[in-house]
Amino acid sequence: MKPISGENPTLQPIKVSRRKLLGGAAAAALVLVEAPFARAVQVAVTQAELTDPTKIPGVPPGQVGTRSTFEKPVKKPSNISSRTPLQDLFGTITPSDLHFERNHNGVPAIDPAKHELVIHGMVEKPIVLTLADLKRFPSVTRICFLECSGNFRSGSEKLSPQDICGLTSQSEWTGVMLSTIFRQVGVDPKATWFLAEGSDAAVMTRSIPVRKGWDDAMIVYAQNGEAIRPEQGYPFRLFLPGYEGNMSIKWLRRIELSDAPYLTREETSKYTEPLKDGKIRYFSFDIDARSIITFPAYPAQVQKGWIEIRGIAWSGRGKVQGVEISTDAGKSWHPASLNGPILDKAHTGFRYVWQWDGRETELQSRVTDETGYLQPTYQELVTARGSKGGYHFNPITGWILKPDGRVLLSNG
Amino acid sequence: MMNAIIKITVSVVLLSWASGFRSFPKPSPASGIGSDTIFNFGRPATQADIQRWDIDVRPDGKGLPGGSGTARKGKTIFAQKCAACHGLTGVEGPSDKLVSTDSSQVKAIGNYWPYATTVFDYIRRAMPFNQPGTLTDEEVYSLTAFLLEANQILKPGTELNAQTLPAVQMPALKKYILDDRTGGPIIR
Repeated sequence: MKPISGENPTLQPIKVSRRKLLGGAAAAALVLVEAPFARAVQVAVTQAELTDPTKIPGVPPGQVGTRSTFEKPVKKPSNISSRTPLQDLFGTITPSDLHFERNHNGVPAIDPAKHELVIHGMVEKPIVLTLADLKRFPSVTRICFLECSGNFRSGSEKLSPQDICGLTSQSEWTGVMLSTIFRQVGVDPKATWFLAEGSDAAVMTRSIPVRKGWDDAMIVYAQNGEAIRPEQGYPFRLFLPGYEGNMSIKWLRRIELSDAPYLTREETSKYTEPLKDGKIRYFSFDIDARSIITFPAYPAQVQKGWIEIRGIAWSGRGKVQGVEISTDAGKSWHPASLNGPILDKAHTGFRYVWQWDGRETELQSRVTDETGYLQPTYQELVTARGSKGGYHFNPITGWILKPDGRVLLSNG
Repeated sequence: MMNAIIKITVSVVLLSWASGFRSFPKPSPASGIGSDTIFNFGRPATQADIQRWDIDVRPDGKGLPGGSGTARKGKTIFAQKCAACHGLTGVEGPSDKLVSTDSSQVKAIGNYWPYATTVFDYIRRAMPFNQPGTLTDEEVYSLTAFLLEANQILKPGTELNAQTLPAVQMPALKKYILDDRTGGPIIR
């Protein structure tokens, strides 16, 4: 094996046989070795070979960074979605590869050179835009959450934040304001809705009020500093801040301006809420304010003494105004500290440092958003709606601390 | 090195002076960019560009293609292309149950869908799941007729086409109410 060339010719990685590297059990870290085709690859090394990192040269710089092999945050996939591991994350930006997914017939493979967006209908000048065209427009960058409105699960005390509401994630999105493009095509003042359509195997469609297009809708092509990922709509997607995720059509290929909504399958038979009076509520766009404690939460183990209770809170209707914590199952509430800056329609971190005496108790969080909406209890929602789940279901989540340090979902 | 530092210092001082001692002047309106600027990127869409993808159908029938279909033809197509996921009569699964007239049961076309045109639009764009977009318009009309008849919405033998489909009244439509929540302290 040849040493790997680098900027500093005096530093050379240790020569280790590939067989030796791969032969050990319990992969513990990474070193670089040269593959037969003269390209550096990262290979696992056993713990035994790494007892003292000061006695072995480290890994030279690489083309793409990797997580420590000691850290294994993963999404939890089903046939139709994959959930963000909220309990394993810090801060409020979701790593792009851990952003939740909800697809309606898989992730399409799209060559951006062959992908086009057609904008037509009630416009003066219908146009076709490519990814390269979109990147020429003035760009806008904004940090926002994106949440699937079908994001509530219960049924076991052994559910993690990922299981309960892992269909919410946050990114820094970059793209172009839809209003910039609306001006160019000359939207007819009589147009009240537009249809957005994806280029996936579900040819996903949603109707969106034109006023949202003029307000804060974007077409985004980048996420957290790089091109948007295929699972998130590569080469570009619609992004509607604060609206239920299904409407932010991925793999966007068509926008049609119209004077009526289309009442597509998703916005009638799926993303609607049966109410207790037999009615069905539709076009529920805004994500209701919600919070969840992500630590301590199942499956964490805690010890008595000081505990920093942490979590995230968000609202599709604006900013988080405040988060309160209860350490006695909702009997009394105390304001948590919010981690600034507090952004519009964005996951906002909160903290509350508390001393646990080791006796069984229940932790809860509740958010108030800037409209004055207070996150309801589960029972308040059930009473108001007559259902125990469904879309836009955002109850307070409680965590039981057991004397042995286990943390379990309350009323799971 | 020292020369470079002096040069940079001099430049900074000159720049500060030139901009009235503000280190970062605001963008000048003279750049010509305004909130109403039109950039004219992309290319005009031709009729062909639009027609290749414009398959949506509205409840008023706008977008429905020519052709027609019947439940009798639809039953045969359903058995061949749909029954593997939905069962021979649309209730057996394993995928979504499509037939039910009982509102206490799980959501199906008969008890939950507000517009018949949506059935046509969805089948045409997204079904069959493993071969989406492969059905002819005649097949989609026939499958729509089969499902509406099975849900006891369509009189047996009715031919569906661009005129008759939008006229179909769905029982669930009267249940639909618009979301009127705008935040504030109310829980609904």
